[in-house]
Amino acid sequence: MTASREAARKPELVCPAGSLRALTLADDAGADAVYMGLKDATNARNFAGLNFDLAQMRSGIDYAHARGRSVLMALNTYADAREPSRWWRAVDTAAELGADALICADIAVLGYAHRTHPQLRLHLSVQASATTYEAIEFYRERYAIRRAVLPRVLTLSQVAHLARHTGAEIEVFGFGSLCVMVEGRCALSSYATGQSPNTAGVCSPPSAVRWEDTREGVQARLNGVLIDRYAPDEPRGYPTLCKGRFDVEGKRDYALEEPTSLNTLAILPQLFDIGVAAIKIEGRQRSPAYVEQVTRVWRSAIDECAARRERYSVQPQWIAALGRWSEGQQHTLGAYDRPWR
Amino acid sequence: MDATKAPLQRTRISVGPLLYYWPRTAVVEFYARLADSVADTITLGEVVCSRRHELKLADWLALARDLAACGKEVVLASQALLESEAELREMREIAGQHEFLVEAGDASALRTLAGHRFVLGPHVNVYSRPALEEYATLGAVRWVAPVELDLEAIARIDPPDARVAGGPDGNEPIETEVFAFGRLPLAFSARCFTARHYRLNKDECAFRCIEHPDGLLLATDEGEAFLALNGIQTQSAALHCLIAQREAVRASGVGRLRLSPCSAHFDEVIDCFDAVYNRGADPREGLAQLRALPLPGELVDGFARHAPGLQRIDS
Repeated sequence: MTASREAARKPELVCPAGSLRALTLADDAGADAVYMGLKDATNARNFAGLNFDLAQMRSGIDYAHARGRSVLMALNTYADAREPSRWWRAVDTAAELGADALICADIAVLGYAHRTHPQLRLHLSVQASATTYEAIEFYRERYAIRRAVLPRVLTLSQVAHLARHTGAEIEVFGFGSLCVMVEGRCALSSYATGQSPNTAGVCSPPSAVRWEDTREGVQARLNGVLIDRYAPDEPRGYPTLCKGRFDVEGKRDYALEEPTSLNTLAILPQLFDIGVAAIKIEGRQRSPAYVEQVTRVWRSAIDECAARRERYSVQPQWIAALGRWSEGQQHTLGAYDRPWR
Repeated sequence: MDATKAPLQRTRISVGPLLYYWPRTAVVEFYARLADSVADTITLGEVVCSRRHELKLADWLALARDLAACGKEVVLASQALLESEAELREMREIAGQHEFLVEAGDASALRTLAGHRFVLGPHVNVYSRPALEEYATLGAVRWVAPVELDLEAIARIDPPDARVAGGPDGNEPIETEVFAFGRLPLAFSARCFTARHYRLNKDECAFRCIEHPDGLLLATDEGEAFLALNGIQTQSAALHCLIAQREAVRASGVGRLRLSPCSAHFDEVIDCFDAVYNRGADPREGLAQLRALPLPGELVDGFARHAPGLQRIDS
């Protein structure tokens, strides 16, 4: 976990664990660290059947530590004005059970953690929307954050510029679903459903989704709002609000974002050059099988890039393995290289 | 400073930053009319997109001085989403001047503003009292609540009888401002959705957002108005409106109503809010008056009631 030159050359692989099973599979497949959350609204993947109770968390940390791996606890929603103490209890839990770092977004949570458990390593969550080194330095100077997870909106050269100007480690997203909006500043989901990532740890929650079979095809609604309509032969995606098809000036299209997945395998050497400390795989809501296979591919890629940087190229079998798990079956580099710029 | 303890105290009218890209003459005319309005506070500056250039920072400053000379409190806002070094430079210019109060658009600005009096913009996340207390230690004297926050939560965070103490010396009660009128700024992206709609690259966008003085409407397949595209910002198609919530707004300790500019009838909107909140007009009549205006969308208030934001008033 130290930011040695060695670590700067070979980024940590940080993998999602929505369950104890996913955690063990990720560790076995070569994750350097996994990130997990508690079974409540204190983390940004607050879905039924997902996440850890205290016993599972204890087992997960034991399993990871026995293998020399880290466990990062995501506590990355905003403490509710009605019950902020629940967030403090989650901070205490992370410290008591020996989590290797806490990933937080809320300045209130950062403040509590920094003052109450000064030895606890803090990472700034992507939900804190820190898109500049000024923002990251603000959190580093005041709350001693050691690492910042960057929102998925910056280009590669902006990431490099930012990394040169901050004393914090940088973690970037490498693979998974894409948020086209800046994380932590998106109220689209609460506008439609009353629940958002900031307030409830969910986006376009399953409880608000309704599928309808009609003569025009299958329709997906979110709290009554028509998000998409699929022809019989069209593949159907989860109706995340920003990935629906809408009408703008008579043109029907994915007006905000097409359902694509982020995949940065192709720019891995550049991420090494920038000195990113960690590469994050998205998907605590995905199956343990996804976690295992995606982790395996990324382990190979990072090791290959570290061993033979000059000859590194994306292997066809990696693409084939990842392709199975991609949303919309399509990969992009997201904002890192902006074809739309 | 100790606003809203007494129910009869004036609820101040605050005009939010212009979120759209209007031609320079339209902007100048708009603010010239505001100089003669009952508005107490006017927040100026480009907060959405740094490519917009009808007014430069020097123009906003000149406008700020004119409005201040007319007796308005002027606040300069910094941009909400910063990515480039050029944008950081502009932010430092705004946050580094001390002629006018500054509204922080994001955490980058907070680093520059710490130790001075400043306003927390609606995109700096405050969802609990301890969060506001953290920002208070930096010197914040006012917060504009995040748009998705309900009035009850706002009352818990900064209640009228137990204000969080802010300011550089820690002795100024922090004042609450809420987004009370206009299309809600719901999300930001690196990507420009207006340019995308016209199949243009962001860097060669031809500034097409200037054609949409209230944003570009996005509707569902059923023709229901849903969102509005405003460059890199996504807004609600409906207008959030707290005119009918006067008692709940007052009870929650709100001292200032943020009215977000729209391209037509904004003077009447200001007058209507002032009449209801400060001159004893009936909120239901105020609502009826607003509904009679040809505004860009229907009126909603779900967020204030801890409900989906798109819920209509009275639903």
